[in-house]
Amino acid sequence: MSAIIQGTGAATALTTLNSKKLVARSRTSLPGVDAGRRKRCIVAAGSDASKSFGSSSLLTLRHSHKLFANAVATKADTSATTTGHELLLFEALQEGLEEEMDRDPHVCVMGEDVGHYGGSYKVTKGLADKFGDLRVLDTPICENAFTGMGIGAAMTGLRPVIEGMNMGFLLLAFNQISNNCGMLHYTSGGQFTIPVVIRGPGGVGRQLGAEHSQRLESYFQSIPGIQMVACSTPYNAKGLMKAAIRSENPVILFEHVLLYNLKEKIPDEEYICNLEEAEMVRPGEHITILTYSRMRYHVMQAAKTLVNKGYDPEVIDIRSLKPFDLYTIGNSVKKTHRVLIVEECMRTGGIGASLTAAINENFHDYLDAPVMCLSSQDVPTPYAGTLEEWTVVQPAQIVTAVEQLCQ
Amino acid sequence: MALSRLSSRSNTISRPLSAAFNRFISTDTTPITIETSLPFTAHLCDPPSRSVESSTQELLTFFRTMALMRRMEIAADSLYKAKLIRGFCHLYDGQEAVAIGMEAAITKKDAIITAYRDHCIFLGRGGELYEVFAELMGRRDGCSRGKGGSMHFYKKDSSFYGGHGIVGAQVPLGCGIAFAQKYGKEEAVTFAMYGDGAANQGQLFEALNISALWDLPAILVCENNHYGMGTAEWRAAKSPSYYKRGDYVPGLKVDGMDAFAVKQACKFAKEHALKNGPIILEMDTYRYHGHSMSDPGSTYRTRDEISGVRQERDPIERIKKLVLSHDLATEKELKDMEKEIRKEVDDAIAKAKDCPMPEPSELFTNVYVKGFGTESFGPDRKEVKAALP
Repeated sequence: MSAIIQGTGAATALTTLNSKKLVARSRTSLPGVDAGRRKRCIVAAGSDASKSFGSSSLLTLRHSHKLFANAVATKADTSATTTGHELLLFEALQEGLEEEMDRDPHVCVMGEDVGHYGGSYKVTKGLADKFGDLRVLDTPICENAFTGMGIGAAMTGLRPVIEGMNMGFLLLAFNQISNNCGMLHYTSGGQFTIPVVIRGPGGVGRQLGAEHSQRLESYFQSIPGIQMVACSTPYNAKGLMKAAIRSENPVILFEHVLLYNLKEKIPDEEYICNLEEAEMVRPGEHITILTYSRMRYHVMQAAKTLVNKGYDPEVIDIRSLKPFDLYTIGNSVKKTHRVLIVEECMRTGGIGASLTAAINENFHDYLDAPVMCLSSQDVPTPYAGTLEEWTVVQPAQIVTAVEQLCQ
Repeated sequence: MALSRLSSRSNTISRPLSAAFNRFISTDTTPITIETSLPFTAHLCDPPSRSVESSTQELLTFFRTMALMRRMEIAADSLYKAKLIRGFCHLYDGQEAVAIGMEAAITKKDAIITAYRDHCIFLGRGGELYEVFAELMGRRDGCSRGKGGSMHFYKKDSSFYGGHGIVGAQVPLGCGIAFAQKYGKEEAVTFAMYGDGAANQGQLFEALNISALWDLPAILVCENNHYGMGTAEWRAAKSPSYYKRGDYVPGLKVDGMDAFAVKQACKFAKEHALKNGPIILEMDTYRYHGHSMSDPGSTYRTRDEISGVRQERDPIERIKKLVLSHDLATEKELKDMEKEIRKEVDDAIAKAKDCPMPEPSELFTNVYVKGFGTESFGPDRKEVKAALP
């Protein structure tokens, strides 16, 4: 739905600081936002499970590692947390992974260049030195085989974290992921569980070319038996990584190439995000905007403009791509009666398409306008910078779409 | 010889008739040495000796179990033609020696994973006939609760990991199981079985490369029955020496119709794998049925070939000849054993036919594991969230 392409200029990935700024700005105009925003930083909103984490037995598990010396002076927080440490998203993933590997000796990591090289996006940096070659395994370049091996190991009780260097490479392992990973629990009548985590960066990056800019969530979404989650901030990256490793089901964790250097302050104490829950980024009244991963930042940038124009969008980061958190989404729809979905998947058969169908089916009576879905164009991602910009949804298009829906 | 005959006879007489099924299985374990029919051909290793240690008990057990497997597969054939078994049904008759010989050489801690021709291996791992037939007919008491079917038999407590429909995909899984065994320092090995058709899959070589790199106790067993569905091996593989295709990985070619050769080779392979890493075994075997029940099996090979193999290399006949020549049982006793087996199979089928189909609610069970972070919430969120572990 990119009818109007305006000169967007630098539509760069926003740092979390920017998003904090714009929330702060909106806070002055909408006093109700404050509580919701504050809650997000300490405890995953609405996730009672992580609240129970406050018990002392779990606090003793806290690691006093100072691995992430804050190179950047922390700004005066717009959030209410007084403790916590600031780190980048890939460091948050690493922290989550390391904590889980410390906690459970069955957790191991396998992937290309995860060990000695430290991971192509540094998510597994330092782990090989700490845990050794048997727990952080450098594999040769054979996605089909090492994904299969991870699944076979999981059948016996190990908990491998399989990294695809780029999500697109996992297409080579599609058979293993679909047939073995997703279905073995069912076809064995419940005898085997497959507690794997398959993770890796995907999405459209900086002129990486068509084959390295794929959005695999649309291909995997029909596989029965797997769960899919997409992280977007350091806070939920660490939380989702830990939850995925602890889950008995196979979980595919979608990271984004351009979000690895986001900086945010996360709590010192241990926490986990619920795998099936959506995150309320910005409560509002006029329209529900559903998004995930990198598009969250485009939406928040558009929200800045929208607020100036007098609209009050409610932004929800759906996080759980399979299954959808229809409860949170439903409550929002019942409140605002208008839905805009902003995603990075292709128009055809993407997550947005499924979500549109689910919302129409379940909340049809509450809608005042048809569900609008902004997705990437159905083209291979081109190399040229300007063309690449136009394949992906830009904030200006989001603003136009909201204005159109709210008429 | 006469003494052993006397001892087995006296055992028969002294046992009460109520121990009907195992009446003829002597518990005599005095070792008998048997020569394998053919020598082993080796690649990058020293072949094991042709003399295999066995015993009366083992010989009779081999005969009984193989006859049971043969009978089970023939019965499955009739059930399929009677439309009680649907979909795909791949039968293992002719290849029983591989399953039996392998079981004799290993323990239940060693893992076996195979493709879709898994009925007999499941039985060898300790599965029950009733479970087999119930699963084949899609009933509730099947080993996978009726939801797997012929190609998805699993038995976790005996380390039998299935049962896989996609050709070749089980080999990386098998190497992963071997990895887990090494990780847990279990002193056990994994036998990843595949066919001559699957031997051309790339993921096999990928998995073999990793297994050799990481020294995993993985044994890749190629059950070469010379036909990949309808394609003869010489039409599919440039190099039909599957035991050599590991290149840097040692291999052994074994006569797969000789249960003792299989047993010796598996024993050798287990010792090798625990010390030196992966090894490939090629079992030269043959299947009498077609690839599956929808394949007559005669369009790509002659009936003469099939009956020729049946006459000269049949595994059960070979054991029978050994039993008779060592005077461990008479013809009549073996015939009686076969009658018992037939009855056992028929009883299991009758019981399985009475078993009900799965409940409709079973459609949705075991898609996800219940536990933290697994509920799928509908619009009303009626389900309670699980607490953290």
